[in-house]
Amino acid sequence: MTETLTGAQIAIRLLERQGIRIVTGYPGGAILPIYDALGQSSIIRHVLARHEQGAGFIAQGMARATGEVAVCMASSGPGATNLLTAIADAKLDSIPLVAITGQVPRAMIGTDAFQEVDTYGLSIPITKHNFLVSSAEELLEVIPRAFEIAASGRPGPVLIDIPKDVQTQAIDVTGWPMQGTRQMPPPADHAAIAAAAEMINAARRPLLYLGGGVVHSGAATVAVDLAEKANLPTVMTLMALGAMPVDHPLSLGMLGMHGARYCNLALDECDLLIAVGARFDDRATGKVAAFCPNAQIIHIDIDPAELHKIKTAHIGINADVLEALGQLLPLVSENDRKTWVDRIAALKTQFPFVMPDAGDPRSHFGLIRTIAACLDDEAAIATDVGQHQMWVAQAYPLRRPRQWLTSGGLGTMGFGVPAAIGAALAEPQRTVVCFTGDGSILMNIQELVTAGEENVNLKIVLMNNATLGLVHQQQTLFYGERLFASKFKAMPDFVGAARALGIAAVDLDQAANPCAALMEAIARPGPCLIHASIDAEQKVYPMVPPGAANRDMIGA
Amino acid sequence: MNAINKNEQAALARAVLEIDVNNHPGVMSHVVGLFSRRAFNVEGILCLPVGDGRQSRIWLLVNEDARLAQMIRQVDKLEDVIAVRRHHADHAVFSELEAFFRP
Repeated sequence: MTETLTGAQIAIRLLERQGIRIVTGYPGGAILPIYDALGQSSIIRHVLARHEQGAGFIAQGMARATGEVAVCMASSGPGATNLLTAIADAKLDSIPLVAITGQVPRAMIGTDAFQEVDTYGLSIPITKHNFLVSSAEELLEVIPRAFEIAASGRPGPVLIDIPKDVQTQAIDVTGWPMQGTRQMPPPADHAAIAAAAEMINAARRPLLYLGGGVVHSGAATVAVDLAEKANLPTVMTLMALGAMPVDHPLSLGMLGMHGARYCNLALDECDLLIAVGARFDDRATGKVAAFCPNAQIIHIDIDPAELHKIKTAHIGINADVLEALGQLLPLVSENDRKTWVDRIAALKTQFPFVMPDAGDPRSHFGLIRTIAACLDDEAAIATDVGQHQMWVAQAYPLRRPRQWLTSGGLGTMGFGVPAAIGAALAEPQRTVVCFTGDGSILMNIQELVTAGEENVNLKIVLMNNATLGLVHQQQTLFYGERLFASKFKAMPDFVGAARALGIAAVDLDQAANPCAALMEAIARPGPCLIHASIDAEQKVYPMVPPGAANRDMIGA
Repeated sequence: MNAINKNEQAALARAVLEIDVNNHPGVMSHVVGLFSRRAFNVEGILCLPVGDGRQSRIWLLVNEDARLAQMIRQVDKLEDVIAVRRHHADHAVFSELEAFFRP
């Protein structure tokens, strides 16, 4: 049946056909035709953020929590530029996102029209792919293709810039294209898998190194099966936390700059490193020449450009890691590997991870552990960026893939609150906790209004030390204690601010029984800010100084 | 062009890349952006449509560099890139153009 539809109506219809049920964004002149069509949709719910960057991170939260492509929208000019940080963040952490921006009408492109920027040009280096749509017909091809690109291979953000006159152009639509879905890559090379299995079977001190790709491909269970079958001690990147429960007997937790001492020392001793969906990020490896100096390397990744990028692999396998591990598992022999497992246990005893004051809910570790004790593994844990993020990464018992939402690659302050809102919107049955700091929360505090409006089940734990903690820490350790621009002189009344922005708030500082106050705040449905002052002198330890080898970590 | 002189340039090993791409605005930006973000100078660029014009072929003359292999893999990953072939610097495509580039 032929229908006459505008580009805007076609765009919304295609989103509906993709299965999109929530879109987040912020309207403006150049995207109003799409908003007009969106307003007529009975299938898609629009969540109005209070800043386009917030919309971008809300969409990221939905995508990170579910693994499905999420959609955000903004107008041209400042709307588009405000989205860019969230898009860049999605690129670095391989999060599937489709961002739709309005653009000035085609005839005005290049004239410095009102609210015109070169969104296409600006977004080239921070997207997996981008489109500037030049006709309404093209939308029928571009929108499904954008979803396919975002979800296939190594996931990532795709931007679609749609000029206003393309949105209003009416055309006859005689049929609809297929949905854009994830395309599977070819299976892993059997010979390479067999060689990798042989190498694992022959290794005496192998380590499994899991990255975010394990979470993205849904390979966490098979990765744990592999580790258990062959007794492979396992390290995880920041992005992979929860892929194996961090308190699993084979888990060494997070590696790298703020990893436990025993974890980085085990890496020094391994003779085979099995990297799965990990990219040898500098925060993980420290000084690359000194990373796993005695190890052969097997590297499995869906992105061929990651193989041999930082470390030359002895066996590089370009494949979906779920499929590759599925092939590898039956070829790997059971092995109790007693000497190596005992050695790991000895390292854990000799160089333990210490959590001072973990029993005191007014300390940073104690607060995190107390909150963990109030929740089960169904809760989702988001963070902002800074000391609190690293402490939660070190101390929270993450046990489930997609339980953990954090800005890893780009390290974007302001990520936490909107990403947690997105996770809560996508999975309303869960309790979502966002750990944040007094620096980070101010970078997207306007989204508290969104949280109140949507009444999401979100608990924001504000760890307030009145400083930019990681900057303070680096200035203290590496810049002769010259503290500059890292201690806030003016400190807002965060509890009052949260209430003024429309959500409940409790101040643990004032609570006679902080544990009881925490439990009550977490159990009460809806959004709530939980404010807790912490000691500004506390550091994130251990720490590998920038540029140093992981073995040369300092502190604790 | 960067600041090295002609003799130094001649001494550097070169490579010629032949890249088949979809022919639409923006593709050249995607390709050369991967080089410019690394401050990697592209010494020569040639691009014309092939066949019915739906595809183009980009020829790049670049300096050999330890990063080149990974950059080629990244170029290959671009959605609008169909194929990348690497040739030696003595490939005819640029040498036959010298007449157009006399000072």
